[in-house]
Amino acid sequence: MATSNQLKRVDFIFRNENDWEKILSSTLKRKPQELINELISSELKGRGGAGFPTGLKWKLTAESKEKEKYVICNADEGEPGTFKDREILSRVPYKVLTAMAICGYITGAKRGFIYLRGEYKFLLPELNKVIDEFDYYCQETNLDFKISIFMGSGAYICGEETALMESMEGKRGEPRNKPPFPTQAGFMGKPTVINNVETLVHTFTIFKYGAKKFYDLGVQYSRGTKLFSVSGDTPKPGIYELELGMSLQDFVYEFGDGDTKAVQVGGASGFLVPRKKFKDAAIGFKGKLTGISLPTGGSMMLFNSSRSMFNVLDNYLEFFREESCGQCTPCRVGCQQLLLGIKAVKRGEKPASYLDKLLRLTETMQYTAKCGLGQSVANSFSSIVENFREEMIY
Amino acid sequence: MSKKVSISINGFPVEISAGKTILEAAEEQGITIPTLCHHKDLCVAGNCRVCVVEVAGQNRLSAACATPCEEGMEILTNSLKVRNSRKQIIELLLAEHNADCTKCYRNGNCELQTLASEYKIMTQDFIELVPLKHVSIDSYSPSIIKDDSKCIRCQRCVRTCAGLQGVNALTVAHKGDKMKITTFFEKAMRDVVCTNCGQCVNHCPTGALVEKNYIEEVWEAIANPNKHVVVQTAPAVRVGLGEELGLKPGKSVTGKMVAALKRLGFDSVLDTDFTADLTIIEEGTELLTRLKKVLVDKDESVSLPMATSCSPGWIKYIEHMFPEHLKNLSTCKSPQQMFGALVKTYYANARNIKPEDIVSVSIMPCTAKKYEAFRPEMHDSGYRDVDYVLTTRELAILIKQAGLDFNKLEPAKYDRLMGESSGAAVIFGATGGVMEAALRTAYEIVTGREVPFENLNITPVRGSDGIREATIKIENPVEEWAFLDGVELKCAIAHGLINAKSVMESVRAGTADYHFIEFMACPGGCLGGGGQPIPTNPEIRQKRAEAIYAEDEGLPIRKSHENHEIKKLYKDFLKEPLGEVSHHLLHTKYTQRERY
Ligand SMILES: Cc1cc2nc3c(=O)[nH]c(=O)nc-3n(C[C@H](O)[C@H](O)[C@H](O)COP(=O)(O)O)c2cc1C
Ligand code: SF4
Ligand code: SF4
Ligand code: SF4
Ligand code: SF4
Ligand code: FES
Repeated sequence: MATSNQLKRVDFIFRNENDWEKILSSTLKRKPQELINELISSELKGRGGAGFPTGLKWKLTAESKEKEKYVICNADEGEPGTFKDREILSRVPYKVLTAMAICGYITGAKRGFIYLRGEYKFLLPELNKVIDEFDYYCQETNLDFKISIFMGSGAYICGEETALMESMEGKRGEPRNKPPFPTQAGFMGKPTVINNVETLVHTFTIFKYGAKKFYDLGVQYSRGTKLFSVSGDTPKPGIYELELGMSLQDFVYEFGDGDTKAVQVGGASGFLVPRKKFKDAAIGFKGKLTGISLPTGGSMMLFNSSRSMFNVLDNYLEFFREESCGQCTPCRVGCQQLLLGIKAVKRGEKPASYLDKLLRLTETMQYTAKCGLGQSVANSFSSIVENFREEMIY
Repeated sequence: MSKKVSISINGFPVEISAGKTILEAAEEQGITIPTLCHHKDLCVAGNCRVCVVEVAGQNRLSAACATPCEEGMEILTNSLKVRNSRKQIIELLLAEHNADCTKCYRNGNCELQTLASEYKIMTQDFIELVPLKHVSIDSYSPSIIKDDSKCIRCQRCVRTCAGLQGVNALTVAHKGDKMKITTFFEKAMRDVVCTNCGQCVNHCPTGALVEKNYIEEVWEAIANPNKHVVVQTAPAVRVGLGEELGLKPGKSVTGKMVAALKRLGFDSVLDTDFTADLTIIEEGTELLTRLKKVLVDKDESVSLPMATSCSPGWIKYIEHMFPEHLKNLSTCKSPQQMFGALVKTYYANARNIKPEDIVSVSIMPCTAKKYEAFRPEMHDSGYRDVDYVLTTRELAILIKQAGLDFNKLEPAKYDRLMGESSGAAVIFGATGGVMEAALRTAYEIVTGREVPFENLNITPVRGSDGIREATIKIENPVEEWAFLDGVELKCAIAHGLINAKSVMESVRAGTADYHFIEFMACPGGCLGGGGQPIPTNPEIRQKRAEAIYAEDEGLPIRKSHENHEIKKLYKDFLKEPLGEVSHHLLHTKYTQRERY
């Protein structure tokens, strides 16, 4: 993957633009097909983790003949240490609502929902005010689109799109089988576009400034910008909008404390990159060989030499053991085995070679788990165990 | 012609109807893909993951039970990647499992055990998780034992209770490592809306849900020289039992079963079919009486439609869910309990045995009957009317323990006095059977003629649709029933409580104008009961139903009111249907219960 040479900070997402009414009305004058093409040519990919091309998602939903369709904004933001979606919803909520309405216009959906993480209840008063204003605008302009908020219940797994829909339908938040995908049968079995908060804001940018402006940022396969939550051993933790495609080396120069040992890209379900690989790693989608897939919440956690990688992994596995929905065997039992397994190796109750059995187990989890949670446990596990094996044992 | 897709399975090209899953496609080709959470009665869950297969071009494996075939798919069901993954998943399940097979009720008929054995899981490298778990066994219910340490969390029971039965007594609670199958507020099964139907038991792949067995109690009674042990066998048992003893589904084994029971040492082998015939006389009379009160006397205290009451799972369901409609229930006890009440009165008297010396055992396709026998109302003989209820499966265990070669047994006949039955009683075991039996008798009482169906087979009430309706027009009745002339008797049949629920909702809404409704808690009626052999599935139920209807056609007497022993019972003891003795022994009351 090509990388840009230096870290480029950008300011699109939080740029305060009080022209949403104008953007909305001018965008709604254009043909849906034209808008879809614009979105596709921007090469925007979902910022919620899976990186699915957003234009294609909207197109598939638009093509469905079903009458009833939905747009859902995924604001469950459950990845520990990330709060970029919260920032967006408190600083530029109207961009999200505008994008949802445009999506409704393109796909034929008349209802939109914001699935809001339970802990973000404090955002409700402000958010409701903006939605009321938005509603008023829709009524005035005869736009048939209504947005409501659905409060999440605090389970991490409910951020997974199909579990989220189950939970909205009043059922237990367990991921569904795919296919069918939400674009075919989503909320209430109807075609549904579900997008991350940030993804929606990027579509606002694209409809306002044109696809080219977006496309010109970033690198091949990874266009545009992304919000990163920087945390851990860094002198400047916080949220930063950066161009995609940066090398991890550049990132560490900017955010490291001079003693960075490793960076976890993408939180618990992401990869750990050790210092010796910083040069080869770039942040973006579809990383081959040395590239690294973009993190769910854009979480970037830096570790300096005082950190034990065993403890880091131990923490992640605790998290997965608890947050797995528990329905499928490889994930429910696998997470417990991984956690107990590394502890047993550490205590000398299992031989060091047991780590290899656990690595094979993560492979099975990756192949067979029902949803992204269980499938991605292998990421942090294998990248930590393979790069810091001695820390696991001694 | 349905659309076809071309795929290949293990390198061999095949054409498959569009919409079929990989699992179904493989089955058509004679390839078995192992499954645990899949069951043909239930919606797809896709959670156990043992059915994973490889689809060319995809790094991840696909769950065969949940993935539809798509044009061009190249599927491998047994590649090295599939095998290794599958094996590891089985190992994981075992690590979480209290696998003390030799002490397990499902030993020998357990899907997890079979799989472990097929994949030769000989070692346990993973860390044993069972001791870390709080193992809880709920054995308070008279019908069902729930042992969480044997649960593989496939949720078949949950889907059964919700999807087939509409009861929702079982749910999934907690997440991650603490995820488990439990009840409302984790109460005991005894204390929730559970109807004891046992469908969850029948659909559970392991020993996590089993019937409470009374095998030792029955052996003890048989061994006690001071006890006269009487056994009754329900209609559906005879078409299921063979499956437990090595026969293919669909074989009726009445004669061999009777022979086996005699060899087991029961003092008298009698037939619940006898009281099924009796139920028809009582319930049929009750229906006609209710019709008269409503149509002629305009008595507003009498409720129509009248609902059958022979399925105790259904009874507990309506007591919880539609208590305002208990007045619609026939007051007739189930055939099992009519039998129990008569055994310790009529039979004891006739055979000159003290009722306290009688042990009354029944063999049922049903776990709810265990609960029913426990109900405080069921002591009308002055004793507990039925002492022990065994399922079809438990009877098979008795036969195996006694070392009988079932298939070599010469068929025998039921003992007399409460051993005779008509074909109408046999079909009680199938959904629609009670309705058909009742119509054969009621129509004849009213018109003096046989029901106008070829060979007495009232085919409109037969079949497997969850809810069925039939109308019979009454013409030229005898004088006593003249008011019924021209009346179209509207009947409905529902089996599986989810279907009972929707019929009851229309009754409650006042949109159902039925006169008579047959309700059976279990899909297919008793032949698909919770106490029947495992597995039970749509094809097997179909086979058992065929066997039942064949048995009916083969019997010399096909109508309940022609049963000689029944006639004698009325002459010698009961005097008349709905009479005083009947009222005391054969009819009962119901209890309003809470939903939570
Ligand atoms: C375990 C798990 C948790 C997830 N949590 C979130 C979340 O909190 N927010 C989010 O936008 N997407 C989350 N996702 C991804 C969603 O399933 C889905 O891919 C996303 O909402 C699609 O939007 P996008 O195309 O805009 O990225 C999660 C996925 C998994 C497997
Ligand atoms: S992978 Fe984990 S979180 Fe996903 S469905 Fe399976 S158990 Fe649930
Ligand atoms: S449930 Fe099956 S595997 Fe488990 S102990 Fe019983 S027989 Fe063995
Ligand atoms: S016995 Fe029937 S009602 Fe009770 S939990 Fe099982 S399926 Fe549900
Ligand atoms: S009790 Fe049986 S059916 Fe229910 S989840 Fe456990 S193993 Fe599956
Ligand atoms: S049988 Fe397919 S996942 Fe369980």
